Amino acid sequence: MGKRENWLAAWFVAPNAIGFAAFTLLPVAAALLLSLFQWDIFHEPRFVGLGNFRNLLGWVNDDGEWRAGDPRFWQFLGNTFYFMLAIPLTMAASLVLAVVLNQKLPGRVFFRTIFFLPSICMGVGVLLLWKFMYMPDIGMINRALRSLGIEGPDWLSSYHWAKPAIMNVGIWASMGGTNMILYLAGLQGIPPEQYEAAEIDGANRWQQFWNVTIPMLTPTTFFILITSIIYGFQGEFDSAYVMTQGGPDGSTTTLAYYIYSHAFEYFNMGYAAAIAVAMFVLILIVTLINWHFFGSKVHYV
Amino acid sequence: MSRNAGHWLRIIISYVFLTLVGVTMLFPLVWMLATSLKAPAAEALDLKQLLPTEKLRWDNYAIVTGETSFARAFFNSAIVTLSITFGLVATSSLAAFAFARLNFFGRDKFFMGYLATMMVPGVVTLIPLFILLRKLGWIDTYAALIIPPMFSAYGVFMLRQFFLTMPRELEEAATIDGCSKFGIYWRIILPLSKTAIAALAILTFIGTWRSFMWPLMVTYTNEMFTLPVALTRYQETYGVQWPYLMAGSVVLVVPMLVVFVLGQRFFIEGIQVGAVKG
Repeated sequence: MGKRENWLAAWFVAPNAIGFAAFTLLPVAAALLLSLFQWDIFHEPRFVGLGNFRNLLGWVNDDGEWRAGDPRFWQFLGNTFYFMLAIPLTMAASLVLAVVLNQKLPGRVFFRTIFFLPSICMGVGVLLLWKFMYMPDIGMINRALRSLGIEGPDWLSSYHWAKPAIMNVGIWASMGGTNMILYLAGLQGIPPEQYEAAEIDGANRWQQFWNVTIPMLTPTTFFILITSIIYGFQGEFDSAYVMTQGGPDGSTTTLAYYIYSHAFEYFNMGYAAAIAVAMFVLILIVTLINWHFFGSKVHYV
Repeated sequence: MSRNAGHWLRIIISYVFLTLVGVTMLFPLVWMLATSLKAPAAEALDLKQLLPTEKLRWDNYAIVTGETSFARAFFNSAIVTLSITFGLVATSSLAAFAFARLNFFGRDKFFMGYLATMMVPGVVTLIPLFILLRKLGWIDTYAALIIPPMFSAYGVFMLRQFFLTMPRELEEAATIDGCSKFGIYWRIILPLSKTAIAALAILTFIGTWRSFMWPLMVTYTNEMFTLPVALTRYQETYGVQWPYLMAGSVVLVVPMLVVFVLGQRFFIEGIQVGAVKG
């Protein structure tokens, strides 16, 4: 390599690096610090050490019976995991769509575009639309069910149905989106010789799918899984805010929503930061576990 | 013969499947558009009618967009989205050029640091960021909406990957002709990277246009709301007037659709570049 260009490089990197340091690195460090304080942003912050974490994660002995210090946290953590059950469903749907689209059928680009539309349109507008469609009396979905002789529930106000209803919107919006495009790219990267070899060995289409397609797509699957889990932990704020306000009775409140409520509704800045730090650690652990178990199995082309 | 029949059967099943999925994807969006053109109250609630019965109520759009706060929110969204898109592409491409093409102290370690922070969940930084902006007096201003989201590690990563694939011979020739490094960035690398730049710009545009949590946190007056935040407020104003709400939703969705349709090719390539791990 030639001579170093330190000063020159600094000019190129600085605009991004300064902003990045100020608005990402500094806040991450501050979050760790803030989680050790009790602060309502109006008065002086008070140092409480690990007190926030003790309240958040600790268990207290209440007349001989152990109960969680913050039962809401565990409920909302459970909700967050529940919502993440949509990840494998979405991935499987994306893979099926990609496999069907990967055939040399006329009109495939047209279908690909149509499938992609929900993921483009997703946002507050589409969430309002689904809220309308889920209305118990006048909503599209219950009208359709009624014509089949089924009386649908009040989807978004039902403790049991609100979560699946929100997950359904997420699956609809993302199955034809980025995941499908990544799988399509992955499928196109599989050399045809692999299938020819399998066919010579007498593998039928189904066996080819399991023994060639799936292993060859492992890097794509791994990438989608890791990113989906990282987003999943932080997920479902927008849908819960627009469609259910986290209810009924907290059944659609996720960790992200809980952090928001503590920070901006109850003004517990320190406690909210502690939840965020706990979430960060959880994401790190799960990502490391993923690497450990799947990283070695990744089939690099 | 039977193989041929199986072939056709598979094609027919594929098309039936694709059509069913396509209808599932499109139907809600069509329903949004149809509802937005219905007369408020009675007609919108009559679900036997998929399409508006009497005439198309384009005045729903006039009524919704005629609200001063709606027009203002649309304007805010436009300013914020365009500024972030421009700023993010500019700062990311400069940094990506240095990481891909310049030789400097600690370059690769520094870049790994960038990559590592891409894993930090955005939610973690939200609260300290809010406090920082409050100290700076930026809450409820354009600065709060525009500046923090403008600096992206992802953009640097994606453009660096693209710049690395470009042949070095081009810039060597330019260096001999006396072209500066900035000249190489401006006159050679950028013009040859139109695809990647367009992809990043489109991804950023769509992501920013619909972003909700950040504007919700840093704005609190009607004058500063972006369109998604304003729409959630209309839920309270219009209540069950679904045609108005759906008209507002269509106005929110259309700019993203336009950008997607214009740049579909770049957009789809961009997703793939971003996923190729370096």
